[in-house]
Amino acid sequence: MIHSLFLINHSGDIFLEKHWKSVISRSVCDYFFEAKDKAVDPENVPPVLQTPHHYLISIYRDKLFFLSVIQTEVPPLFVIEFLHRVADTIQDYFGECSESLIKDNVVTVYELLEEMLDNGFPLATESNVLKEMIRPPTILRSVVNTLIGGSNVGDTLPTGQLSSVPWRRVGVKYTNNEAYFDVIEEIDAILDKSGTTVFAEIQGVIEACVRLTGMPDLTLSFMNPRLLDDVSFHPCVRFKRWESEQALSFIPPDGNFTLMNYHVSSQNLVTIPVYVKQNISFFETEPCGRLDITIGPKQTMGKTVEALMVTIHMPKSVVSANLTPTQGSYTYDLATKVLVWDIGKLNPQKLPNLRGSLSLQAGAPKPEDNPSLNIDLKIQQVAISGLKVSRLEMFGEKYKPFKGVKYVTKAGKFQVRT
Amino acid sequence: MQEWANQLCENRQFGSKMTDSKYFTTTKKGEIFELKAELNSDKKEKKKEAVKKVIASMTVGKDVSALFPDVVNCMQTDNLELKKLVYLYLMNYAKSQPDMAIMAVNTFVKDCEDPNPLIRALAVRTMGCIRVDKITEYLCEPLRKCLKDEDPYVRKTAAVCVAKLHDINAQLVEDQGFLDTLKDLISDSNPMVVANAVAALSEIAESHPNSNLLDLNPQTINKLLTALNECTEWGQIFILDCLANYTPRDDRESQSICERVTPRLSHANSAVVLSAVKVLMKFMEMLPKDLDYYGTLLKKLAPPLVTLLSAEPELQYVALRNINLIVQRRPEILKHEMKVFFVKYNDPIYVKLEKLDIMIRLASQANIAQVLAELKEYATEVDVDFVRKAVRAIGRCAIKVEQSAERCVSTLLDLIQTKVNYVVQEAIVVIKDIFRKYPNKYESVIATLCENLDSLDEPEARAAMIWIVGEYAERIDNADELLESFLEGFHDESTQVQLQLLTAIVKLFLKKPTETQELVQQVLSLATQDSDNPDLRDRGYIYWRLLSTDPVAAKEVVLAEKPLISEETDLIEPTLLEELICHIGTLASVYHKPPSAFVEGSRGVQHKRLAGSSGSGESVESPDTGSAAGVSEAPPAVIPSQGDLLGDLLNLDLTPTTTGPPPPASTGMQMGAMDLLGGGLDSLMGDESEPPPIPLRTDTPQSPQLPHQSPSPPDYSPTELGGDLGGSPAMGAPFGAPPATMPASFNAPVSGGLDDLFDLAGGVGMPMGAYNPPKTLWLPAMKAKGLEISGTFVRRAGVIQMEMTLNNKAMSVMSDFAIQFNRNSFGLAPAGPLQILTPLSPNQSIEAALPLSTVGPVMKMEPLNNLQVAVKNNIDVFYFSCQYPISMLFVEDGKMERQVFLATWKDIPNDNESQFQIKDCHLNSDAASNKLQGSNIFTIAKRTVEGQDMLYQSMKLTNGIWVLAELRVQMGNPNYTISLKCRAPEVSQCVFQNYEMVLKN
Repeated sequence: MIHSLFLINHSGDIFLEKHWKSVISRSVCDYFFEAKDKAVDPENVPPVLQTPHHYLISIYRDKLFFLSVIQTEVPPLFVIEFLHRVADTIQDYFGECSESLIKDNVVTVYELLEEMLDNGFPLATESNVLKEMIRPPTILRSVVNTLIGGSNVGDTLPTGQLSSVPWRRVGVKYTNNEAYFDVIEEIDAILDKSGTTVFAEIQGVIEACVRLTGMPDLTLSFMNPRLLDDVSFHPCVRFKRWESEQALSFIPPDGNFTLMNYHVSSQNLVTIPVYVKQNISFFETEPCGRLDITIGPKQTMGKTVEALMVTIHMPKSVVSANLTPTQGSYTYDLATKVLVWDIGKLNPQKLPNLRGSLSLQAGAPKPEDNPSLNIDLKIQQVAISGLKVSRLEMFGEKYKPFKGVKYVTKAGKFQVRT
Repeated sequence: MQEWANQLCENRQFGSKMTDSKYFTTTKKGEIFELKAELNSDKKEKKKEAVKKVIASMTVGKDVSALFPDVVNCMQTDNLELKKLVYLYLMNYAKSQPDMAIMAVNTFVKDCEDPNPLIRALAVRTMGCIRVDKITEYLCEPLRKCLKDEDPYVRKTAAVCVAKLHDINAQLVEDQGFLDTLKDLISDSNPMVVANAVAALSEIAESHPNSNLLDLNPQTINKLLTALNECTEWGQIFILDCLANYTPRDDRESQSICERVTPRLSHANSAVVLSAVKVLMKFMEMLPKDLDYYGTLLKKLAPPLVTLLSAEPELQYVALRNINLIVQRRPEILKHEMKVFFVKYNDPIYVKLEKLDIMIRLASQANIAQVLAELKEYATEVDVDFVRKAVRAIGRCAIKVEQSAERCVSTLLDLIQTKVNYVVQEAIVVIKDIFRKYPNKYESVIATLCENLDSLDEPEARAAMIWIVGEYAERIDNADELLESFLEGFHDESTQVQLQLLTAIVKLFLKKPTETQELVQQVLSLATQDSDNPDLRDRGYIYWRLLSTDPVAAKEVVLAEKPLISEETDLIEPTLLEELICHIGTLASVYHKPPSAFVEGSRGVQHKRLAGSSGSGESVESPDTGSAAGVSEAPPAVIPSQGDLLGDLLNLDLTPTTTGPPPPASTGMQMGAMDLLGGGLDSLMGDESEPPPIPLRTDTPQSPQLPHQSPSPPDYSPTELGGDLGGSPAMGAPFGAPPATMPASFNAPVSGGLDDLFDLAGGVGMPMGAYNPPKTLWLPAMKAKGLEISGTFVRRAGVIQMEMTLNNKAMSVMSDFAIQFNRNSFGLAPAGPLQILTPLSPNQSIEAALPLSTVGPVMKMEPLNNLQVAVKNNIDVFYFSCQYPISMLFVEDGKMERQVFLATWKDIPNDNESQFQIKDCHLNSDAASNKLQGSNIFTIAKRTVEGQDMLYQSMKLTNGIWVLAELRVQMGNPNYTISLKCRAPEVSQCVFQNYEMVLKN
């Protein structure tokens, strides 16, 4: 099982270590540093490394490496999932997952890690259970604690851990009972030079924010559940009901949680909201090139495309860009060679265009690689797959909750090749 | 101190956030001393702050062990947080202060009795983490109580504690009977307790390979399946992994488990999903393929696997490594999902490379256009490694999907036009492979390749180019100039290039001897006299001797036809694949190695294997072929790495280590190869009674065999010596076969090695001509009004001829001859009219040769090789029958690939095997092999066991029927034993007669 955990920052300093069994010298991380140097980009460090006596499994999140050391055969996915859970928990507790925040709350983090794993076995990873045992810091509480010597640690048995609904704490009370669901869809797509879709799919997620008193039992049903190719649920969802009626039946956790993830892969269902006309070319003879990009609406289901942004990773030899946008503004980061064109709202009457020249390093040959465009966008009030929630019913409690569903579509990994 | 107080005041004053980072600021001297004072303060709050500071120092790796007694003193408190903090400290430092740690025992024992279950659990949990022998003794009693605690939270904590204790003192745990208690917990009413008990037992079992700890029976399985639905995600992983070790009794049980596990595929935790996939993949083996449920299950597996690919990159990586296995085992699951493996621009490089690999595995005629378009796109990306692999992938597609070869070649040519240096080099390397797969098809591109000669600076590309020039020297006008240009810097080249250059120039010389004599002299002297590389020297000497003693033989050897390469070389060997499928989701599946190969501390990991389908009327084969039962469904049942190994062995240093994981040092490469050729063949083909020395089966916990090398990427390594020699029909057998001499020749000092090699070369010799039986009298004159016909059958250069002597013993002139065959077993028919142009005068005889085809009408004859012939002349029609030797029908390409041979041998049911004795034959095995080869009976491998030579041979009939033979020759015993296996067992008798005839003449 998981033996030790090291938290390592971007520049390669170990700033926290936790051992669940015997102590392992931090020199074991040298193998990791070696791989890190070799990979150049931190994103490219292989997640599973073999050393003479240990295995190092790491994730890279929020510019931090979470590196776990294991000694026996352990499912690597289990370790990776757990590490992400650690990062999630830290984020949940302190608002973000950063080196300074972890250092600021090192003892709490340490207590959390101790509660999350026992001898390498996961113990409590549900946020509500953890929060019962170790209260998240609030300004008020820390001031009060300092003054009166209170404690962050709860002294009741985390009831959730044993109940058949470990994700929900008992005795929840609200004056305003509300349940909100956000259906968020991301379009992952690759378009080729001519604009043809090479590959497209939708990754959907339903984020819930449920503040309901007592033990409510909810049923959420869809108009068109057959759209979904694959689904994965929060443990609270009763799978049998889904199989038989294609409805989500569950006792919700308290607060924010991800109810389900889904996947729509049949390409005819994936509409591509915008088209991109682009031309990026470099001259054979002179060290410069031309760029001309126009974006227009394709299938937007009558909604406005917002927060439109184009990111281009330029070839290394491009030293500057002299461009004119008809809308929005652009920046070119010389260090990372990334051109960002922030467009904003897409106006179908006046299509945004970015055009101008690129200059290359003097004497550099014509770049070999074609830059690729990443598109970001957002469309409010629509789930691009057409998925619609038909109703939400509540059983088990008497009050009438306030309900709401919101849809939004975003671009995920949306690429246009040139 | 002062500063600390100030800070505190400041914080209060401004109401700013209180944070722990202040603990990091105390780095001054006397820090320990200050902390000590604070720890001993009588103010509770100060104490707690001090402990916090100590913990903070500890977490960043500072040594605060000197404070041990002071911290332990704080343990007696009713403040839970303080208690927890002290426990944290204890766990970290108890090991270094064992005597002091004893002080804590009393508090632990007391806490284990606390009315608050949280405290009880905390105490038992912490005690287990104190890795001090002395303490463990005190731990036993509280632990026993906690294992039976009324509160499930305490029980589940205690279950894990048993595993901890076992880690510290295994004997103690056994003596105290904790293992039995743990087993009982599997039947606990609380699913979390069950899950933890399973987890603990699994961990203990890992270091106890033979203990029957997780004794799974239908009752426990049922309990686990019930708990599965109710426990946490992590518990589900433990339970699923445990379930995967169970072997269901029959297909019904298998199906019911699958049904109950399937819902886990929809879990949000990817580790749960993958563990469920493992269980399903394994139990699916038991299901009859015609079952509806089987198809349903296959369909259900695809979507969750696809979904895994939209997770974080690290998860994707592990998922992809596993999908790689699944795709090899059951390609049908993901065959329509090609697009999800398309590489995205911002995927991390490790994800990109894995996706590429799977794309090639899924490539088929149906989707090849898409795949090629993608690959071409990738070839213009930034990352050099990725681009290279993409170019290689194009080559692999060409080799895998024949219909796409032309497209691939033109894509590669386009890429060469980009003039990007590394792209050009990779392209040339793969084009060489394409030439080897499809000879005489794409050589028109050679001119383009030659244009890029100067830009090649990598050894592999140079070697490939040189190979091409040498191989096609006769088509390249200035081949000698090209090769000569390489020769100038001969000593600066890498060994790979040097060897290739040597071979290429020798080839050139054999093709154009007149103009290149000087060149070949030059290279031979460079290789033999000026080089200190033994391989190069040896090869130089071999060529030299060959050329000087017998240029014709040299031609046969060096210019021999090479075996075609296949795309299967990069597949994982089936038995290993089976084992890896059982380990889906584990480290083994990420490394594509069996756990025994690398998991440290797991003493004697049990090998797992897939269970074959049973109970549903499918016949189970004999024990010898038992392992094949599970594989039967897998498309190419080959042992691909064999070729590679042989190549590696012969090349040794030639092929640079490929990008795959390095082979573990424990198994020498050479031995691996030898084991495989000797033992591997033996276990698969040897007689049943003999225990195979190195079985290829997975269920024996033997040393790892070939598998380690298998995951290496496709490496159709250039045909160095190994390729050329090993590939020639004449040399193939001796090279591959005698395991005893091979290593010797490579390990022995140069001279000895040389001798061996020459022996080998000598032993090879030229295949003797085919044995043709003498003419026999077919039609006596008495029966045919004076026409006497005697004749025989011969096979020359692939053409079957009936050679006849017609004798006119009558008094009148004969003319107007014609001939016709009755329908016969192999469709023999005259390919043209009988050519006897001049009339036959009395007492005159004439020789006639009638070419035969095998496309005539077929009818089974008795005996099989019986042929009824009608001959007509101006006098009458006469009928006779004759028997042709069946070797007439053995075609020239009857040499089976070694891997295919293994698979086929296993595949043919044992009922089809027939055994014969050949008596009074005084040839040794090599001579026999040569003789037989003349009749197109090819020796594929030879092996010597206890003075007995085993020859494995194959032959192919004109109608495509393969006959496989095992010939046993014992020194000094004139009786040979031959076993024949063929899908059409009727031919065996004929084949045997043929053997006898060839060997005795």
